[in-house]
Amino acid sequence: MKNRELKEALLMAIKQAATTLPADVVDALKQAKAVETSELAKLQLEMILHNIEIARAGSVPMCQDTGILTFFIKAGVDSPYLRCLRTLITEAVAEATRVVPLRPNTVHPFTFKNPGNNLGRFMPHIDWELVDGDEVVISLLAKGAGSENCCALKMLLPVAGVKGVKKFVLDHVVGCAGQPCPPGVIGVGIGGGADLSLKLGKLAILRDVGSRHPDPAIAGLELELLELINQSGIGPMGVGGVTTCLDVHIEYAHRHPSSLPVGIIYQCWADRRKKVKIDANGRVEVR
Amino acid sequence: MNKFLHTPLTEEDIRALHVGDTVHISGRMFTARDEAHRLMLERRENDEEIPFDPSKMALFHCGPVVKKEDAGWRVISAGPTTSIRMELFEDRFLTAFGTKMVIGKGGMGDKTLAALRKAGAVYAHYPGGVGALAAQAITRVANVYWLDEIGIPEAVWILDIELFGPLTITMDSHGKSLYRDLEESIKKNLERIHEQIAKGA
Repeated sequence: MKNRELKEALLMAIKQAATTLPADVVDALKQAKAVETSELAKLQLEMILHNIEIARAGSVPMCQDTGILTFFIKAGVDSPYLRCLRTLITEAVAEATRVVPLRPNTVHPFTFKNPGNNLGRFMPHIDWELVDGDEVVISLLAKGAGSENCCALKMLLPVAGVKGVKKFVLDHVVGCAGQPCPPGVIGVGIGGGADLSLKLGKLAILRDVGSRHPDPAIAGLELELLELINQSGIGPMGVGGVTTCLDVHIEYAHRHPSSLPVGIIYQCWADRRKKVKIDANGRVEVR
Repeated sequence: MNKFLHTPLTEEDIRALHVGDTVHISGRMFTARDEAHRLMLERRENDEEIPFDPSKMALFHCGPVVKKEDAGWRVISAGPTTSIRMELFEDRFLTAFGTKMVIGKGGMGDKTLAALRKAGAVYAHYPGGVGALAAQAITRVANVYWLDEIGIPEAVWILDIELFGPLTITMDSHGKSLYRDLEESIKKNLERIHEQIAKGA
């Protein structure tokens, strides 16, 4: 019985992610529309906001690319639900594909065969982090290919330092121009290693638009990069304008003295994320 | 200028369009992404039949969300996908099939711009991912081809449309491209940004 309720909650979270954009993103898009001066830039944001409203009211996917689903799980080691979560998530994804509906996106990389249910080898992607306690928090991210194709990794020389990081981020984001459906959120992961820097970038985009890193120095760097990116003139959808980016989020790890990995995660305006919290008694909260 | 057009589009319709114009289009369009471009070009090269006439419809870079109902397929969400992926063969595609309007997002490159000029075609921009709004202008799924071979996102969907838009002409048949023009100013902005980074802490 509990399992069925959990699956229903996961299904609802997937549906809400596809159809309803978080309020922090909608507010940021509205603000962006207010400051644009060019008619063409305004039109992009007006159509995006109108679209968001239609999708929410009709419970239909806001974007035809309903993405690849990733579940970042902070799993309390004392939670009684860890054993069944993988199965429930997998079943919820297949069911959501049918009932929302989602676009069946997963294909075999070599044969191109599409199973039609968004499942497959390592799909959906589930990332586990074991934490203390008996609570489970699942962060769901539905991310399309347009922006995922604009992610990047660079192993900088350590002497390049913070200036090198800034230059790489700016050169990359400007190079992508309108391809990844700006304005969105740029996640930057610094340090760790090649894989960890990209993962930190992805964890960074799970934060609310407008939230700052707790370390004031990192928070300052976020704001500086945001300001510099918006000086590029790329604008909404790359048609020119003052808002190319809604926010920059940075996360970092200690690194090897000989390497400075920087991972950039580009998130489009359709910043679709949802949180599912399960307590020890099986009470579920979706937000 | 705001224009209302109906497919099939004529050369006259197209040559009258310029970068910055706004268009609503009615009639019919077909979707084609990476796999459909490849498949259709292969068929044309092998003199195999294409079961519809691409010259009479607009081409939409899109892989829709669709639902099968008793009455047939219904489009739920259908915004444009990233057009630059098709830069690889759009020039050959336009020459081979005589399609007069490409609808997509993000813009395309110099090869396509030259082909638009030569073939008398335009590239029309619709905001990326604006799928729920776009679906409201799609009145019917007239047909679908190669669904089993390449799956829902990649298949060619033939769609009846009513006042699809507003589209913005961002690459015209006279060699002008909004993206090319913007590139110049963005390059200058980036140089200034580099200077600021160099001066910073």
